[in-house]
Amino acid sequence: MSEVGLTMGGHVPGITEESPFAIPSKKLVMWLFIISDAVTFGALLFAYGYVKNASPDWPGPFKFSPSIVNVMLMTFVLVSSSLTMLVATRAAKAGNKTSGIRWTFITVAGGIVFALLHIREWLGLIREGVRLFQNPWGSPMFGATFFAITGLHLTHVIGGVIALTVVALGYKRGRYNSDDIEVWSLYWHFVDLVWMFVVPMVYLLNISR
Amino acid sequence: MTTTGKVTSSLKTDMIVYGCILALSGLQVVLAYQHTQGTQLMVRMLAVAVIQAGLGVMYFMHLRDERRNLLLALIPATVFVLLMMNMIWSDSFRLLHMRPK
Repeated sequence: MSEVGLTMGGHVPGITEESPFAIPSKKLVMWLFIISDAVTFGALLFAYGYVKNASPDWPGPFKFSPSIVNVMLMTFVLVSSSLTMLVATRAAKAGNKTSGIRWTFITVAGGIVFALLHIREWLGLIREGVRLFQNPWGSPMFGATFFAITGLHLTHVIGGVIALTVVALGYKRGRYNSDDIEVWSLYWHFVDLVWMFVVPMVYLLNISR
Repeated sequence: MTTTGKVTSSLKTDMIVYGCILALSGLQVVLAYQHTQGTQLMVRMLAVAVIQAGLGVMYFMHLRDERRNLLLALIPATVFVLLMMNMIWSDSFRLLHMRPK
């Protein structure tokens, strides 16, 4: 091996190993972020289950209308935005830039609608007297756990809306390519999948009977 | 729809998966309003959520189109960590039943 190769830790410059997973680094990084984030949400949901199980007076405040109806609507909007993101990725990968950007912005619009519905749900509960460490019904930890889990998810949705907007505008200007749209679509689908666990654990197991 | 993986799904497949995920969400609401309560209800809800997540990861995130070793690197480790978190339950029950009066 040449002296240059030895000084660079044994690697010959210009020659790189093939990715073991046959995907670009940024996509692998997104996957690693997703699994670490999945564990974060998992830990929060387990902590929620722990506190709920240990509290004999855990409240069940969610009435069918407006709460559960609102949650069903939010689910519909978020899952539909995943579908529009799939269409955007498909168009971008096929080289149809205009369609890719349009469908990405439709996804962004879905995310904004979801966030607004989420805030409406929060305001409804706050009007009923739910605070971080107090509520009119029972265990004071209900508010803390509810706002922590749904708040973290809402933060992810808002972060996704910002990221998709930046990537779509960058894609339009030529700064980003279709791979970037695909990588951020993974994030958006992940946010959708987390909601599949938040709904039953936080809402449906606490309905008002 | 992967950067390097072979695309095996079509828009029609995506629509079917989308319909299945929405239908499973509806099933969760139906389950919630049945008379089942407690641990049994939670297990049923989580089972439905796991199916939804599996469909999403495999078809929406196209993990099934990637190399098998990516799936093996990501999923078992994540599942292992999540399963290990179940150790908290015994302490949760202790707090419920052995709380100082």
